[in-house]
Amino acid sequence: QIKYMISRVRRKFGAPIIFTDKNASHVKDSYIECTSYQDKTFSIKMLEKDMGIQMVPKVREASTQTKWTYPKNAATQYFPRQLSNEEKEESLSSEKLKEFLTSVHFRMEIALQQNEIMNAFFDDWKALGDESRSGGKPDVYLKAYQSFTDLRYLKDRTISCVCWHPTIYGIIAVSARKQLSYEEQVNLSDKSLLQQSVILFWSFFDPIHPQLMLECPEDIYCFQFSPRDPNIIAGGCTNGQVVLWDISQHEEKLQNAKTVADGTKITAVNMVNASILNILQYIYMSVGKNGESSTEPPLVRYGAVSSIQYSHKKPVTDIHWLPDYFEDNQMDATFENRAEICVQLVTCSPGCSILFWDIPATKLPEQPSPEKVREEEISSMPPDVPATFKHLDLCWKPLIKINLHGSDTNTEYGPVRISLRELHYHYKTSEKVQSLNTLEVPTKESPYTEMSTPSSKYLKVLENISTDFFVGTEDGEIVYSDWKMEIDSDSAKPVTQKYTIHTETINTLQRSPFFKDIILSVGGRNFAIWKEGVTNGPILQSSCSAGKYTVGQWSLTRPGVFFIGRDDGNIDVWDLLKKTYEPSHFQNISESVITFISPWIASSKQHFLAVSNDLGVLHILEICPALSHPSKNEHDNVLDYFEREVKYLK
Amino acid sequence: AEVEETLKRIQAHKGVIATIVVNAEGIPIRTTLDNSTTVQYAGLLHQLTAKARSTVRDIDPQNDLTFLRIRSKKHEIMVAPDKEYLLIVIQNPCE
Repeated sequence: QIKYMISRVRRKFGAPIIFTDKNASHVKDSYIECTSYQDKTFSIKMLEKDMGIQMVPKVREASTQTKWTYPKNAATQYFPRQLSNEEKEESLSSEKLKEFLTSVHFRMEIALQQNEIMNAFFDDWKALGDESRSGGKPDVYLKAYQSFTDLRYLKDRTISCVCWHPTIYGIIAVSARKQLSYEEQVNLSDKSLLQQSVILFWSFFDPIHPQLMLECPEDIYCFQFSPRDPNIIAGGCTNGQVVLWDISQHEEKLQNAKTVADGTKITAVNMVNASILNILQYIYMSVGKNGESSTEPPLVRYGAVSSIQYSHKKPVTDIHWLPDYFEDNQMDATFENRAEICVQLVTCSPGCSILFWDIPATKLPEQPSPEKVREEEISSMPPDVPATFKHLDLCWKPLIKINLHGSDTNTEYGPVRISLRELHYHYKTSEKVQSLNTLEVPTKESPYTEMSTPSSKYLKVLENISTDFFVGTEDGEIVYSDWKMEIDSDSAKPVTQKYTIHTETINTLQRSPFFKDIILSVGGRNFAIWKEGVTNGPILQSSCSAGKYTVGQWSLTRPGVFFIGRDDGNIDVWDLLKKTYEPSHFQNISESVITFISPWIASSKQHFLAVSNDLGVLHILEICPALSHPSKNEHDNVLDYFEREVKYLK
Repeated sequence: AEVEETLKRIQAHKGVIATIVVNAEGIPIRTTLDNSTTVQYAGLLHQLTAKARSTVRDIDPQNDLTFLRIRSKKHEIMVAPDKEYLLIVIQNPCE
């Protein structure tokens, strides 16, 4: 037998017992679970079920594209309904209309008056804002762009005239003549031609080599491109002849002046100089080296010179093409020019005469004219001169000759510059000069040959072309006259007005491109601005300046701005709206006398000023925007200024 | 007649380019312009006035259109409507 004795320490009996809760799941194995399970013996499988069914149509989306042909109005032609005259009369006299007008006209008059009083919609703020441009004065008004000179042809020569090519960008032509002191200028007959005189064509893209050279029989005083066909150039020589060139063969070359002449056919010219009075004969040696490039620019011989007996006796100092919408003939009427070619020139020279020249078109084979037959005996032209003016060479006579005499027939005027009223041109890109049936005028020698020109009778006689002109003379006088009047009688008629403001020869007489009756004249030590029709005197006259003014030109874009060149190489820029007693700006361009200024607008951003000087250098300057963009209302302001001055004079 | 005189007075105002009187159907009765321009103005302005009038009356049926002024860059067209007629005046405002 086993006996167990269980004992415990006495102090553990009777102790206070505290009962707490305990989560059974926290301690492992502290509880035994009897989970439920699915007893398969008690499950029943459902074999039958009641269900409801509803049927629904199946919806499917589909699309097609169809052509919907229905009549649509393509065009409607209609005419407005109108009332016949009787109906109009009837309604006009009806009472209702009277009542309507009485009730309505008051409102209408109020509205009309409101508009007359002020313009309510004028934006003053905006108008004010246009005044300021790129803020502040530019430091240089005329920026140097390029300069051209040539050592061979322009050495010791002064540039007499500068002309921009009217259509091709960047081409400018200069003519040079020998620098002459005053005594030499007076006795021109005993000067000899030491150096071939040429007109050089420069291009912006090639500052060293001229693009084209035009051969001149004498030194050229002035020349102009024909406005209709920029390939025809007319120039006036120092011996009084007028010369014509045709450069249509080289036009393409000028247009592609960017490429330096490679592989262009050059014709070198060999010539023999004869004395001035003989017919100049040339021997051509055509050097036909195709493909060989040389830096010699092509030389273009002149197409025609005028006949020596009928030209001026003294140098031709001014030449202008007459605009193409009228032409004169000797019958003292101004006819409309249908051919649209500029065919007439006016030249003047200090030999007291103004000549009008006409370029008749090449003769048509079915109309042989007696005077042209005489041409055959003239020496044949060298082969590669374009035959445009062949018929004119050396037998070209002026159309009309005007002698300028004073009121007492002893004084004669030696016109140096001429300015006609109708001288604005539209330059067109060149077309070949067509030979058309233009007005052929009977010359003085053969009055019996009334040329059969069927068109002459039907051309309109233009009544309202102004035939007044201004002439600046050698002695510094400004003469205002009318050429139509002079033709009426062959004897000298008194000229209308004469002004002596300048002390020396007038060197510039130019109409403003904006105002047809405002003229700038520059001579000696001062300049003056005239208005046609105001006979008291100039509306503005500058004070005597320290140096001589040698040339002046209006700006092409700003109505109140003009440029004056001086004999110390400065250019004065005058702005009539800023100061009228001194130039607003002056700038030194070259060291020697400025001989010619010519402005040009190449594009809206590039405005150029070509300035030539006595040493044969041509400077091209770029006009800064402040000088080229007109300020707002500048045209009106300048017009007001001129009108004020006119009133002040009276 | 008085009609003539009134119209002449309106035409004589400064800057007035043309005066047209149009009837209720939009057919011009009296004009100082050439026919084609008149007909164009009459047709267009007649429709515009009708539209303007309907606009005003839609907003407030008691109201009615008394005057219509169209200001353009070049000139001002003034239309005075009435029950049966329309007076159109084109003026160039002072500038």
